Amino acid sequence: MLCANVKTETFGAGLNCSPRTLLSTPNPHRLASKVAREDEHQLVAAAKSGDAAAFEELVSRYERKIFRLTMNITRNREDAEDAMQDAFLKSYSHLKTFQGDSRFYTWLVRIAANEALMRLRKRRPNQFSLDEPIEGDEDLMPRELQDWGPGPEQRFAQTEMREILSGVIEELEPDYRIVFVLRDIEELSTEETAASLGISIPAVKSRLLRARLKLREKLNRYFQQGGAN
Amino acid sequence: MNCEGVIHELSDFIDGELDTASKQELESHLKECSDCKLVVDQTKKTIELFCDSEPVELPGEVRNRLHETLRRKLKEATQ
Repeated sequence: MLCANVKTETFGAGLNCSPRTLLSTPNPHRLASKVAREDEHQLVAAAKSGDAAAFEELVSRYERKIFRLTMNITRNREDAEDAMQDAFLKSYSHLKTFQGDSRFYTWLVRIAANEALMRLRKRRPNQFSLDEPIEGDEDLMPRELQDWGPGPEQRFAQTEMREILSGVIEELEPDYRIVFVLRDIEELSTEETAASLGISIPAVKSRLLRARLKLREKLNRYFQQGGAN
Repeated sequence: MNCEGVIHELSDFIDGELDTASKQELESHLKECSDCKLVVDQTKKTIELFCDSEPVELPGEVRNRLHETLRRKLKEATQ
């Protein structure tokens, strides 16, 4: 059984769908869970055959992650919400074309990233570059070399850590931030990231290296022993 | 391999995409260079922290709008 907590209304009111009912509360599943990966296939198959409740279960499962993704790209709540909504709508309307070559979630991430990028470009036309690798003249050699001590995650409460991470990623230039989000948070491959963004593989690698180094340096402000916190 | 080389190859090293010879060279350098080891370890930790960070719960009103809109649009699509 895919849906545990139920209520009576479904996405599929008016659709030819099963009478299965819906989750009444968000039912977050940890994506990395093996169980989540296994039953995703069943949910997608059911949604493809018109089971709107199965599709809503997929939405409930991934809405938080997709909203985080669209927020991380747009840094604008209204745009992030619109991008998330359109991503789910597009995924539903194109579900029949989903061949299962990748995970459904990976496919959804690519759709959502595209929706978010369109909005970012509209609001800030020069914020994300399609150009080739940003090699630049900047010196990549790290300057801030302080010990973080054992486990910074033990020194900060979860909420505080979340705020720190959100703050430092927001400071990153979009060119770097978006590649980092897709590669390291959403775990797309280099090739998938390049295809999603319409940039070359060397450009992905170059931006990712710079993003990682910059984020390390920004986190250093918080984590260095005897530092800001 | 010198410090500059380590930084250049850092991402491929972390992602396990370095060829065996370069990986061995880089690892030898890390045994001798505490600064580079610090950067490699902290960069790995940086990625790990972002990866392990759970997304916040979707704000109630955002979730309601999402689900209401999806229901409406999917219904419209079938009429």
